Amino acid sequence: MVGYPEALTDPSYKGQILSLTYPLVGNYGVPSKVLDLDLPLYFESDKIQVNGLVIHDLCHEPYHWASSSTLNEWLSGEGIPGIYGLDTRRLTKKLRNRGVMLGLLQVFEKNDDPNFDVLLENCKTIADPNLTDLVAKVTTKNPVTYNVNGRKTVVLIDCGVKYSIIRNLLKRGINVVRVPYDTSANDVLFYNPDGILLSNGPGDPKKCIQTVATIRELCEKLPVMGICLGAQIIALAMGADTYKLKFGHRAQNQPALDLINRRCYITTQNHGYAINMESLKATQLEPWFINPNDKTTEGIRHKNKPVFAVQWHPEASPGPYDTELLFDVFAKNLEVH
Amino acid sequence: MPKFENIKKVLILGSGAIKIGEAGEFDYSGAQAIKAVKEEGIEVVLINPNVATIQTDKKFVGDKAYFLPITPEFAEKVIEKERPDGILLGFGGQTALNCGTELAEKGILEKYNVKVLGTSVEAIEKADDRDLFRKTMINAGVPIPKSKKANSIEEAVRAANEIGYPVMVRVAYTLGGQGTGAAFNEEQLRRVASIGLVHSRISQVLVEEYVGKWKEIEYEVLRDLDDNCMIVCSMENFDPMGVHTGDSIVVAPSQTVSDEEFQKLKSTSFAVLKALGLVGECNIQYAVHPVTGEYKVIEVNSRLSRSSALASKATGYPIAYVTAKMALGYRLPEIVNKLTGKPAGILEPVVDYIVVKMPRWDFQKFRNLNRRLGTQMKSVGEVMSIGKTFEEALQKAVRMIGNGRELTNQLNETDLNIIKNELKHPTDERLFYVVEAIRKGIAIEEVNRLTGIVPLFLESIKKIVEYEKELAATGLTQESLKKAKLLGFSDKKIGELFGKNEDTIRELRSIFNIKPAVKQIQTAKRWSEKANYLYCTYNSDKTDEVNFSESNKAIVLGSGCYRIGSSVEFDWCCVNTTWALKERGIKEVVMINCNPETVSTDFDVLDKLYFEELTLERVLDIVEKENHPSVVVSVGGQIPNNLALKLDANGIKLLGTTAKDIDRAEDRSKFSDLLDDLEIEQPKWSKLESLEKSKVFASRIGYPVLIRPSYVLSGSAMSVAYDETQLEDYLKKATDVSKEHPVVISKFMLNAREVEVDGVCDGENVFVGAIIEHVENAGVHSGDATMSLPAMTIDEITKEKIRRITRKIARDLCIKGPFNIQYLVKNRDVFVIECNLRASRSMPFVSKAIGKNLMDIAANAMLGEKIEDGEAVVEKFGVKYPQFSFMRLEGADPITGVEMVSTGEVACFGRSFEEALLKAMIAGGTKIPKPGDSILISVGGEKEKAVETAKKIMHNGYRILATGHTADALTANGIVCEKVYKISEGKKPNALDLLAERKINFVFNIPHPNRIVAQAITDGYLIRRKAVELGVPVFTNLELVDSLANALRNNINLQIS
Repeated sequence: MVGYPEALTDPSYKGQILSLTYPLVGNYGVPSKVLDLDLPLYFESDKIQVNGLVIHDLCHEPYHWASSSTLNEWLSGEGIPGIYGLDTRRLTKKLRNRGVMLGLLQVFEKNDDPNFDVLLENCKTIADPNLTDLVAKVTTKNPVTYNVNGRKTVVLIDCGVKYSIIRNLLKRGINVVRVPYDTSANDVLFYNPDGILLSNGPGDPKKCIQTVATIRELCEKLPVMGICLGAQIIALAMGADTYKLKFGHRAQNQPALDLINRRCYITTQNHGYAINMESLKATQLEPWFINPNDKTTEGIRHKNKPVFAVQWHPEASPGPYDTELLFDVFAKNLEVH
Repeated sequence: MPKFENIKKVLILGSGAIKIGEAGEFDYSGAQAIKAVKEEGIEVVLINPNVATIQTDKKFVGDKAYFLPITPEFAEKVIEKERPDGILLGFGGQTALNCGTELAEKGILEKYNVKVLGTSVEAIEKADDRDLFRKTMINAGVPIPKSKKANSIEEAVRAANEIGYPVMVRVAYTLGGQGTGAAFNEEQLRRVASIGLVHSRISQVLVEEYVGKWKEIEYEVLRDLDDNCMIVCSMENFDPMGVHTGDSIVVAPSQTVSDEEFQKLKSTSFAVLKALGLVGECNIQYAVHPVTGEYKVIEVNSRLSRSSALASKATGYPIAYVTAKMALGYRLPEIVNKLTGKPAGILEPVVDYIVVKMPRWDFQKFRNLNRRLGTQMKSVGEVMSIGKTFEEALQKAVRMIGNGRELTNQLNETDLNIIKNELKHPTDERLFYVVEAIRKGIAIEEVNRLTGIVPLFLESIKKIVEYEKELAATGLTQESLKKAKLLGFSDKKIGELFGKNEDTIRELRSIFNIKPAVKQIQTAKRWSEKANYLYCTYNSDKTDEVNFSESNKAIVLGSGCYRIGSSVEFDWCCVNTTWALKERGIKEVVMINCNPETVSTDFDVLDKLYFEELTLERVLDIVEKENHPSVVVSVGGQIPNNLALKLDANGIKLLGTTAKDIDRAEDRSKFSDLLDDLEIEQPKWSKLESLEKSKVFASRIGYPVLIRPSYVLSGSAMSVAYDETQLEDYLKKATDVSKEHPVVISKFMLNAREVEVDGVCDGENVFVGAIIEHVENAGVHSGDATMSLPAMTIDEITKEKIRRITRKIARDLCIKGPFNIQYLVKNRDVFVIECNLRASRSMPFVSKAIGKNLMDIAANAMLGEKIEDGEAVVEKFGVKYPQFSFMRLEGADPITGVEMVSTGEVACFGRSFEEALLKAMIAGGTKIPKPGDSILISVGGEKEKAVETAKKIMHNGYRILATGHTADALTANGIVCEKVYKISEGKKPNALDLLAERKINFVFNIPHPNRIVAQAITDGYLIRRKAVELGVPVFTNLELVDSLANALRNNINLQIS
């Protein structure tokens, strides 16, 4: 029920209509765009990324000390349609049974009379966003530098990065250079980085051909950390395979079990693709974390290089902070390297 | 890692009697723990004198349930005999935790090599000792309110001056905020601190910065031995800090917390658990500043609690079960669904609904009570409602409380100043004043300023209030009716707006096809594929996949909210009945109940559970959905019983006794007619027709007279009038309570014995469970009376008479199920006073005393089978003893009468009546006087009996103190005693001073019954009240005192079995 400002601005949701199962949404309003470390404190990117929002009940009178507008005002301000009054649990069930499907959310004015036949017909011709290069739409167009005068610098390959990832590096005194997803290894090395962070992002990892090539080369040379889509790209780069999950993992309550010390963490997950566990055998990668529920791969690491990646979001936002320590592991790798 | 291998036998400590702050939730958590331990092949030994619990049932825990006081002395004896390898301290509330801590401190656990499983005693101390807690939190960098410990009143005053007023005084090792309070100045502080010091086990209080009106947020957190942590549930209090969470309306999940705050509090929770070293479940309370977002940790409960039971029910995650597994060495990821082997432990539940918990108070039963709510819990029970919106869940919760009220019922208050004052100083009526304030147009901002309740909730209430006005104006259309149902209005309330009854609205709904959807709580499914944990909502288009097709099915109506008069004993009856019906071939048993503190609402116990209202409307909705199965109304106390006639009128088949026969017993006037017809004696009676006729009748039969409304439990509004003024007064009260049913006046018989029969009848054969005798003479409500098994002073001739009458009545009423008949006995004459065609409060006690489950026999009778015509044999002496919670109820006079005031009960057994009585008294929290102790005796009215009693104990080395005339009477009879001044004598030191100086260990204060006047502040009241506040045992009944004196004189050895 919490985390809608973060979720709506998460670039991984680019091109999607988001439906929330918790029935009451908007209770604590929308925070203002105050900046912290040059990044908006309460959001994951500069704008709403989803194409539409579907909820059960909308709160018109939010209450929270940090609220500066209502959810409705925010959505209309950014021209994003939303609908409330729907049984979203019922919708979720449908999606769970049949898998994610294409949908149409059209806004009508008061006196319009919607023609359902036409709408249903229109649905058939919606372009599948997964077939387009979604990452290209959300990656930064030009390199951006965030300098905190740290001793170390990380190049962040932006496949649709959430600001919290950048914030987690800056908080640890690490400078960040954010580059487009299709930057070549040579161009990355030009910044003389101490390590590489490969970000999250929308869609199928196999569409990111240039990124796969870039990361294959960088893994040999530098400490690398991958998150979500980034984890899948690293797996592909090292010769493993990925596949589309029948039921994507999208929740803030997913467990991830450390196979080495049996510790278990509650994590935020938002991924529709996964790494094939079997395919890891032929590579230099080994499984590190699994989801104890469906036993899918949640984390991988290189057998002898400082390279690791997880499918979930250690930067949380929304979700639990339990695994922020992975950024500490990465920071330590930068020092050792 | 798997479980510890060297644990073969485990001792579990229960929580004892139900009291304010420690209720039925511990039957639920203890029962789950026993299940979790037994599954591992480990033997369980249980100490719990709460006889009305499921956990103490043979069926459940086997033979190893000890009905003994939960004290280190008795626990040591049990440990010595049973030699358990481990002990669980977290499942019996603060009672168990305190007992366990003492066992450890005394070296008993070490001596017998008993391992504390789960959270260690050191960690318990860190969480419970206020000062240790403070230091631990500061070291861990966790924000807490400024505070200082104090071991005396003067130290407390110094601490408060340093911190600055207002301050909060907290007490170590208590629950329900016992002994705590806020102080806005030194005078208040001195009063609060003196009470707090008394309540502390270590005579220590903590003076703390007061954070009144901050938001109160709670988390239920789990942590295992590997430091894996997770949150089961977050909760937000509707009433902000300043009102105890047990007295607050609570909403889950939290509603006004952003993700960033939520995660910050969550991470802090994990840090707190780690710093304290807790393993298992823990409840953390935060105060969050509504404007700055600043937060502080207020309190940590290192054990299962009322909140954890609520969180379990709110999410479908079995917290107590998982905690027990963790205590046995399991890590969260290793805890699986037993059938599928799929992991179930390590998943934070997510919900797609909102839960509202609402407390119930029973203030109207007490004289002189302070109704204001504060930091000490005063409620006696709670309900939980589930809805898709706050509006829907809130309205449901108000109805679930079970007093016939609706959220938007108008108050008879027009003075805005009074309303505002009520908003500012909350009482049990606060919610209704909030509604009234909003209705009268007081701005949300002002209501928020006065109450501290966040505008989000107030806006929701406004939405309801405004829609009610709109609906009344627009009239009933399909659309307007639908919208009303979405907002949670009942058919009855909607009907009232249009001068129609609820049946009419029901018909209209049927025409418009407006019906609630049935929804599943998904988390429960992870634990058991077969779980059907259900609720109803209008805010959903579609019923979930639930199988309604079973034809061999029955519905059992639960007992609803715990309240004075209806508590865990009726839940015991419900659960045992459902099990009995299952065993007798009913394929599917469905439970409807709304009380989160019960075993009956454990999704694992029954085939189907509707966490729903026990209103006619909702029961009919469910009966319809379930294709009209039979309904059991006779085991859940008065709430289901009162639905009998209405369900019958709607064509619903009742399992067991018919509605018509129930009415013949419940309607006092019809029942008295019936007794006359059967030529069975009863006290002279008359139906109330007019005040004048009643006065004439009363003066003809002579005062005192008893005034009794129909269809009530716990003697609600039942009173004894000693003169005409009282008669007028009480008649009004009774007619208010019993509008639809008659009120009866009868002769109140003095010096009569009271006897009860619990039994079962199949329409023909009658099985007498037991003939129970009250220790007190008639006049003390049966729920407040000390019960003895077998009957002690009733001879065989009289018993035979009682059996004969019992059979006659049971057969005439065609009872098919459980029943209870109450008698007066005077000089071998037997008078019938009441008959209940339902399970009674004492049935768990009787069942355990005779080793036969009356619910099993009742199930046979309900299903139309023949039962044995006979009587059980009572093999041991048993005493059921009431538990009062007067200490919690500021100002309440600790006396008993015809209206019940106790909150719970215990029962103990022994080789003699005296042994059972003493054990039961200790189990009920009474410190039995030792030689050398001082006993203060004061008796109103005649002194002869007091003299006799004093003679019994005068040689046992007690110091006897007495006031005025009592002292004279004792001295005149050769009893050595010291005279003590009454307060009204104006001389020092008086009785109150001696009490305060701890120079009195025991008080026998027997008021003259007809001198107890409402609101009067008499010497007797002051002494009784002071003693209660200082934890000094007070006895107000002569017969009970006399029984105690007999027991003391005989120097009885208390054995454990």
